[in-house]
Amino acid sequence: MGRKLLIHNDHVPNIHTLEVYRAHGGYASVEKALKTMQPDQVTDEVKKSGLRGRGGAGFPTGMKWSFLAKPEGVPRYLVCNADESEPGTFKDRYLMEKIPHALIEGMITSSFALGAKQSYIYIRGEYFYVARIVEAAIAEAYAAGLLGKNILGTDFSHDCSVQVGGGAYICGEETALLESLEGKRGNPRIKPPFPAVAGLWGCPTVVNNVETIAAVVPIVNMGGEEYAKIGVGKSTGTKLISASGHINKPGVYEIELGITVEDFIYSDEYCGGIRNGKKLKAVVAGGSSVPILPTELILKTAKGEPRLMTYESLSDGGFATGTMLGSGGFIAMDEDTSIVKNLFTFSRFYHHESCGQCSPCREGTGWMEKILKKFLDGTANESDVDLLWDIQSKIEGKTICPLGEAAAWPVAAAIRHFKHEFIEIAQKKKFVDISHYDRLNKIRA
Amino acid sequence: MKVTIDGIEIDVPKGTTILQAARMIGHEVAPPTMCYYSSLKTSGGYCRTCIVKVTQGSTANPTPMPKPVASCRTEVMDGMVVENTINKDVLEARKGVVEFLLMNHPLDCPVCDQAGECSLQDLGYEHGAATTRYEFPRREFERIDIGKYVQLHMNRCIMCFRCVKVAEQLTDNRVHGVMHRGDAAEISTYIENVIENDMSGNVIDVCPVGALTDKTFRFKSRVWFTKPVDATCDCKKCSGKVRLWMKGEEVLRVTARKDQWGEAEEFICNTCRFEKKKVSDWKIEGPSQIHRSSVISQNHYNHLNELKVQVMKQQKALGFIPINKRP
Amino acid sequence: MSSQVHGAQKFDKAKRAETVFSEEAMKTAQTIISRYPEGKQKSALLPILHLAQAEFGGWLSPETMDYVASILKIRPVEVFEVASFYTMYNLKPMGKCVLEVCQTSSCWLNGAEDIVKYIEKKLNIKVGETTKDGMFSLKVAECLGSCGTAPMLQCGASYHENLTYEKVDAILETYKNEGRLRSYTDLDYKNTL
Repeated sequence: MGRKLLIHNDHVPNIHTLEVYRAHGGYASVEKALKTMQPDQVTDEVKKSGLRGRGGAGFPTGMKWSFLAKPEGVPRYLVCNADESEPGTFKDRYLMEKIPHALIEGMITSSFALGAKQSYIYIRGEYFYVARIVEAAIAEAYAAGLLGKNILGTDFSHDCSVQVGGGAYICGEETALLESLEGKRGNPRIKPPFPAVAGLWGCPTVVNNVETIAAVVPIVNMGGEEYAKIGVGKSTGTKLISASGHINKPGVYEIELGITVEDFIYSDEYCGGIRNGKKLKAVVAGGSSVPILPTELILKTAKGEPRLMTYESLSDGGFATGTMLGSGGFIAMDEDTSIVKNLFTFSRFYHHESCGQCSPCREGTGWMEKILKKFLDGTANESDVDLLWDIQSKIEGKTICPLGEAAAWPVAAAIRHFKHEFIEIAQKKKFVDISHYDRLNKIRA
Repeated sequence: MKVTIDGIEIDVPKGTTILQAARMIGHEVAPPTMCYYSSLKTSGGYCRTCIVKVTQGSTANPTPMPKPVASCRTEVMDGMVVENTINKDVLEARKGVVEFLLMNHPLDCPVCDQAGECSLQDLGYEHGAATTRYEFPRREFERIDIGKYVQLHMNRCIMCFRCVKVAEQLTDNRVHGVMHRGDAAEISTYIENVIENDMSGNVIDVCPVGALTDKTFRFKSRVWFTKPVDATCDCKKCSGKVRLWMKGEEVLRVTARKDQWGEAEEFICNTCRFEKKKVSDWKIEGPSQIHRSSVISQNHYNHLNELKVQVMKQQKALGFIPINKRP
Repeated sequence: MSSQVHGAQKFDKAKRAETVFSEEAMKTAQTIISRYPEGKQKSALLPILHLAQAEFGGWLSPETMDYVASILKIRPVEVFEVASFYTMYNLKPMGKCVLEVCQTSSCWLNGAEDIVKYIEKKLNIKVGETTKDGMFSLKVAECLGSCGTAPMLQCGASYHENLTYEKVDAILETYKNEGRLRSYTDLDYKNTL
């Protein structure tokens, strides 16, 4: 069994309550940090831990923290990005729903390190009930003196509150999130300036993912160096993986970074193999935006080495033969799956979620969806594959925010690895949805 | 700070953007713009037509920037090297942006009052492809009435946000904005409402396309049949410095005076724009200076001319021929 | 988007005059506003729109949005811009129970289309429509973060996951019997795993 640091207590009854959470060692990091450490020491531990942002980009958290501008007399903010919306990703929801205090504890400890007197947890609107759970936990923390004035009798005071979104994937982009938190449309800002200099209401702000903030708790408790011993190379610690699709045991798994992809898919500790005795066809390893890989490339790199669940191994080979760890949204597809149709659902998603600010994304995402629809209708031509390729290349890297890339990459990868499926549909002028024959009944049978 | 754009070096003050620096050099290397507007704060960055490649970040950190950047929103660093018209990837990317902008545009130029002074026409001519690859029905919006002076043709809009910034920065009560999102986003008042404000007519001047046009000039004449004349009047609400567009002795249209980049030099009030349509309302200064040549006339950059010849040779090799720009 | 409206909407001054939060809702609104620093009350816009939608019949009329603008001391157009950006705000009247079936990748892989078809047939409406009795509206949604428990649908605050036809039957039955408006802000959410 791999080590678990974040959700090891998820099976404990009533772990969502402060009483049970504390009985299981909760809020030790707050005690330790506020009473025995200086803020910079906490940041140092995070740096030593090698923790990388768990929202998808994988940027070193300690470095992000050290960029935070600290001008005199200007408030600083910590904002938690709980706008989890990347298709295939549901780990933050699981963590907040099961162990909300893990997040709040991380918020307090992190805010102490950053010198933030106020923090906000921005939760996607659809997770309204999750926001209720987190709010209830915050109320408990206030009542116990873990939030508010002079926390645990120290000089440190901190307020934390929840903000719900209104339904927009783009608010997961940190500057769009800040706009939304300011009560505006979720349009990503043009950078620079970065939030570390001018974020919420123009003040220096750090925006971190739920899992990133929760990981600060074990880092402070065990020390950054100890934490860094888990994992492989620059992929340190544990990571929550949201597993879904055609696997026997979908769900959220905490893994030690460095286990093999094969082990993750087939061992009983994790996904438990492919459902209904089917064969694996393809995997989207890190949320909808990362390149899809066929079985042979997800299990082994182009060099023939076993593919590991790490930032480096998954991206080995670049986009030609590799992918990304991303947010850890792991979608496995069986042999009956139509890659074209799955891509259509992704493209429809990005079209729906484009904010409309910049032209390549506003116009290009809809165009790609329409062309993919032609494949499903059986009216596509072979030349449409080249057109799709060209459109995605004209979106990628040309937009204000990474939604452009997120929309372009899945299209590029599907064509790169499964071009024959597109061509076949175009030639036969017919799309047969083999992956979709009343699957519900089949599953129950 | 020294910055090199398409091989031409120029010294600029700190805080200058790549676009501003390129404009200082001249039309040969200045990227086209659809949403940026010098006098409107926070404008620019949206349309992506002005993207350029930074091949050297600065002297201190020479690493190239990984993605093309919006030149209108990127400040220069000392020693930065930028490629615009001599970079094949930039020209190709720009061609893509033009295609995206034209994809849902109705191309109703024959009945559009903006024709002849439309930034999208120029952009398409200079940077676009001859044909479209978009085969689906073009987007259409329901028409809304925003008052007696300004006509809104949402179908033609390219979402530059300039008109929203005019309302936000020049007036004290913005009633229109951007509704909905993605490719359904539209400029609208949402509820039945009129845009009534002394400075609201400026939305016409800043609109790069024919989405916001002058109702008092509607279908009166093609702009190339009218003669621009600079004139002034005593106005309490604005500078009173305007451009009259005349046909014979008749004032058909009043606009702000625009500079060589097509931007209003000074914004004017609605009274000047819509209510003073008699020659006797104005003191005529004389015919407007319309730059037909693409060479910026700032004397202190004359030494650059030889370098520009070099740039144009490279542009030609890539098949890119800049047109003379208005005004 | 089925909850979108286009063109210029009518604004009814008489209806606007009647649009006022209950005392309790106003208290909640003030609590939300107090979370933000002085002068930054616009930040409360999204949560207060949720509150207003629940208070005023499950959708945001121009009058409701104008009222929200007055509470936050911002321009009405700022509210229109925001409300029309986000998918959770209904800009036209909806059924009491809005069924939102997720249709993205993992849900599609697990039969979301069958769920949609089944509900369409059962309620005799198409996606984007409301039943004649005003009880149910059917929408499709993009990824709701329930991929591991697919297929799923959201109704108000509740997530209904690992759906089967029988589960759908039971959900519709329960909601129909309860017969009340379901909102995202409901406290009695159920997570039927």
